[in-house]
Amino acid sequence: MEVLGLLMDGVFIALDPLNILLMLVGVALGLFIGAMPGLGSVNGVAILLPATFLVPPASAMIFLAAIYYGAMYGGAISSITLGIPGASTAVATTFDGRPLALKGRADLALVTAAIASFVGGSVANILFTLFAPPLASVALDFGDPEIFALMLLAFATFVGLGGDDIPKTLFSIFFGLVMAAVGLDIMTGEPRLIFGDITGFMHGINFLVLAIGIYGIGEMLWTIDTTRGNLTMTEAVLSIDRILQSCKESMRSWKGTAIGSFLGFFVGILPAAGATPGSLMAYGVTKMVSKNPKEFGKGHVGGVAAPEAANNSASTGAMLPMLTLGIPGSPTTAILLGGMVIWGLQPGPLLFQTQTEFVWGLIGSFYISNLFALLVNLAFIPLFIWMLKMPFTILAPMIFVLSVVGGYAATQDMHDVWLMLIFGVGAYLLRKLDYPVAPAVLAIVLGPIAEPKLRQSLLFSNGDPMIFLTRPIAGPITVIAIILILLPLLKLIRDKFKASKAESQA
Amino acid sequence: MAISRRHILGMAGALSIGTMVAGMPGTAAAWEPTKPIDFIIMAGKGGGADKMARLMQAIVEQEKMASKPLVPVNKSGGSGAEALIAAKGANDPDHTIMVTLNSFFTTPLRQPKLGIDIMTFAPVGRMAEDTFLLWVHKDSGIKTFEEFLAKVKAEGNKWVMGGTGKAQEDELLTEYLNINYGLKIKYVPYKGGGTVAKQLAGKHINSSVNNPSEALGFYESGDVVPLVSFTAERLPLFPDVPTLKEKGQDFAYGMQRAVVGAPGMSDDALKYYQDLFAKVYASEKWQKYRKDKSLFGDELKGEPLKAYWDAQRERHRKMLTDMGAIK
Amino acid sequence: MRRAEIITAGLMALLSIYLMYKSTELDIGYVRGEGPGGGFWPFWLAAGMLISCVWIAINWVLRKSPPSQSDEEYLDSYGLRMLLLVGGGVTGFIALCHILGFYGAILVFLIYYIRFLGRHTWPATLAIAIGTPIVTFLFFDIAMRIVLPKGYLEPLFLPLYDFFF
Repeated sequence: MEVLGLLMDGVFIALDPLNILLMLVGVALGLFIGAMPGLGSVNGVAILLPATFLVPPASAMIFLAAIYYGAMYGGAISSITLGIPGASTAVATTFDGRPLALKGRADLALVTAAIASFVGGSVANILFTLFAPPLASVALDFGDPEIFALMLLAFATFVGLGGDDIPKTLFSIFFGLVMAAVGLDIMTGEPRLIFGDITGFMHGINFLVLAIGIYGIGEMLWTIDTTRGNLTMTEAVLSIDRILQSCKESMRSWKGTAIGSFLGFFVGILPAAGATPGSLMAYGVTKMVSKNPKEFGKGHVGGVAAPEAANNSASTGAMLPMLTLGIPGSPTTAILLGGMVIWGLQPGPLLFQTQTEFVWGLIGSFYISNLFALLVNLAFIPLFIWMLKMPFTILAPMIFVLSVVGGYAATQDMHDVWLMLIFGVGAYLLRKLDYPVAPAVLAIVLGPIAEPKLRQSLLFSNGDPMIFLTRPIAGPITVIAIILILLPLLKLIRDKFKASKAESQA
Repeated sequence: MAISRRHILGMAGALSIGTMVAGMPGTAAAWEPTKPIDFIIMAGKGGGADKMARLMQAIVEQEKMASKPLVPVNKSGGSGAEALIAAKGANDPDHTIMVTLNSFFTTPLRQPKLGIDIMTFAPVGRMAEDTFLLWVHKDSGIKTFEEFLAKVKAEGNKWVMGGTGKAQEDELLTEYLNINYGLKIKYVPYKGGGTVAKQLAGKHINSSVNNPSEALGFYESGDVVPLVSFTAERLPLFPDVPTLKEKGQDFAYGMQRAVVGAPGMSDDALKYYQDLFAKVYASEKWQKYRKDKSLFGDELKGEPLKAYWDAQRERHRKMLTDMGAIK
Repeated sequence: MRRAEIITAGLMALLSIYLMYKSTELDIGYVRGEGPGGGFWPFWLAAGMLISCVWIAINWVLRKSPPSQSDEEYLDSYGLRMLLLVGGGVTGFIALCHILGFYGAILVFLIYYIRFLGRHTWPATLAIAIGTPIVTFLFFDIAMRIVLPKGYLEPLFLPLYDFFF
């Protein structure tokens, strides 16, 4: 097979000593950048871009891709150990990763995350190698109505995410969606909801500001309150045996890993979507098909495996439109594209033909980086577990410091740090009354993608909403999404009906 | 990597240095930055302006042109309003510079409440002027500007032009075509030029007015076709593409890629940055980039740059008034 | 808890109304031939928030949600004290960032929390309180080139810049 030959050449290029060194440094740096709340792969790649001029373009790209990879692994670390998502791609990992850590099974969560990430990355690499060109045309076929339908589907998979209190879950979703509208209305170019011309609102409300507020500050206040300041986290024991056992246990989550790997990849290759919706949808779907959906959110390994497999898989997927079409599939690949331009490469449909060595060297490096990332990550797990053993009165202020610094680093604006504090305290007060907070975070991630797509589509169709049902790709997705949204409602009504029947009989 | 080496050095040196806080080491004759320089980018990460800013930063860093690093900060809010306000309110104007595009002219005009007078900004240097072309998909069968006009007229308001942002460069050009050729093109705004190029390649929109750098990939693969350029002369990269001028319109439109200093910057500092960016402009990398991406616009700084701003501002005022975006 | 539930729902309803009011600055209607106007999305979703609040209130009257049945105190004395000491501490920390910059503020906040709230020994407190800003500085300012604000302590950092760059 021709592809295999090219891939072997690519792996060979990637195995150049300089490239190996760059990959190792890259994944390790990426791991820490990803683990630091407020910094994600976007920052890491943007910041280290100028540093890559010292090496040839292929090596530079391999280095940046390794950072991207590492950061995807790293995001899970803070999600699990601190309960703060290190990046938007790791939000879904907190849902079950944090409860596992509180139960003293941080080791299991971390190992599962690492293995799922590896599997997700590997599946994506194989799909990438075999099907890059045909998949690229699929990415092109996704226009605005298709992306909107996909966002609708992402929401639909999350209907069951909230608590038992329906109005409070709805409130949380609506709140997140309204917050997503703050800033500039791109369709009219007018400022929107900037509350008396406050400059800080002009760039909108960054997802991280809300997420760090809720999960950093709010979660800490909640934990201190509910544990009366004596957090007795079941001590995470550390031993080789334990880690091997965790490896074995994490295999049970194969279903989540599989769903995440494939779903993440396909969502990742669609421009504008990227790894975050991919990981959220993977979580939602895994929960939906699980035999014990009630266990999700309370520390189910599948809930860690699915989003982690998906975000790694999606990050490789996002490279596909970047390399084959020259269009970014995620914010990070947008920066990578900028890098390629700076190095004098012209991204676009011809890159595969004109820059064979560059492209296949990079693809080869995906395989090796992925392996390195797994090994580096596993090697660091004891360090992260040790961190959890710190007395809570030291860990808590450190998390506050990380939250504040991370909140600033995300947008480099003090305004957002204050906003984060308000969200944090607000989330704590609302959470005491059983308002679920996760739906709001989800909404602020998906909202800014969904709204412009909705309006762009309607502009095309002269305001006719049938555009979402009549197009060949958008139609089926919309229908599935609507069914998924209505399903729980129907079930609820049926249950109610049964209950009242039972009552009347009794 | 340089970063990790610095890191290790830093670990060793930080404590000892921390104790010998002494103030500034010796006073040199010429002004030099004393701390990292805020390099505000008036657009989001990954866009055209961002790519260019990061290229400049990389050149400065690689050739060791400045003693302190440029620290890029993206402030894309409010079509650049956020960046303008940040620069205006900079508490250290000598260490604050900004990469601008045409929203430097349009945003203060559209939002007079901001109270921004662009003439108060320090004229560091115009590094280039980006160019615009009119693109269609090859499957549309359109080969010339005349065919384009005929087809669009026939389609009425069904013809869709995609572009970046609202009441910014792309829409100004679309409106120009609408007004001067009696067309009814529908304009759909997107977040960035890369998305627009993809929308055209995927045939979701009918035409675009992308910069060459945005559409080059799909042009080389033959997916999109340039019909006309909005420049005074033909672009070296597209020698067969006529200019709008040749089509009888006395019109050329470019996008400024200029570096400005925060209002209140001292003359010494301005001199320093002018020299710094003159070096960047002259560098081999920048010249190659200009050539590859078909950029126009020679270097401008100081008073001539201000005169250029003044002319551009009046021009945009007229264009925005014509399209009804301002009164 | 029961009283807090209805008060919160009321406050959130007010917030919703405020957001709806603010959204009307742009067109909240469905523009013929174009689709929703600029204020459509936030207005109607904020309306959704309001409806949710009304629903919460109905559940409160019917005593259906757990908080509306609970007689527990919403914020007991421990919760209140914690909120003041910890929440207030973080607020003070962020306020200090404007004056002492991030690094000075981190130092003060860590001493406050670890020594006075956590009652750890001075050596442990100082080691962490001094070590954290140094590591943060090396990571953010030097390695990542994200320059955190320095407030009035800026002059102290100039020689460090000269050394590192």
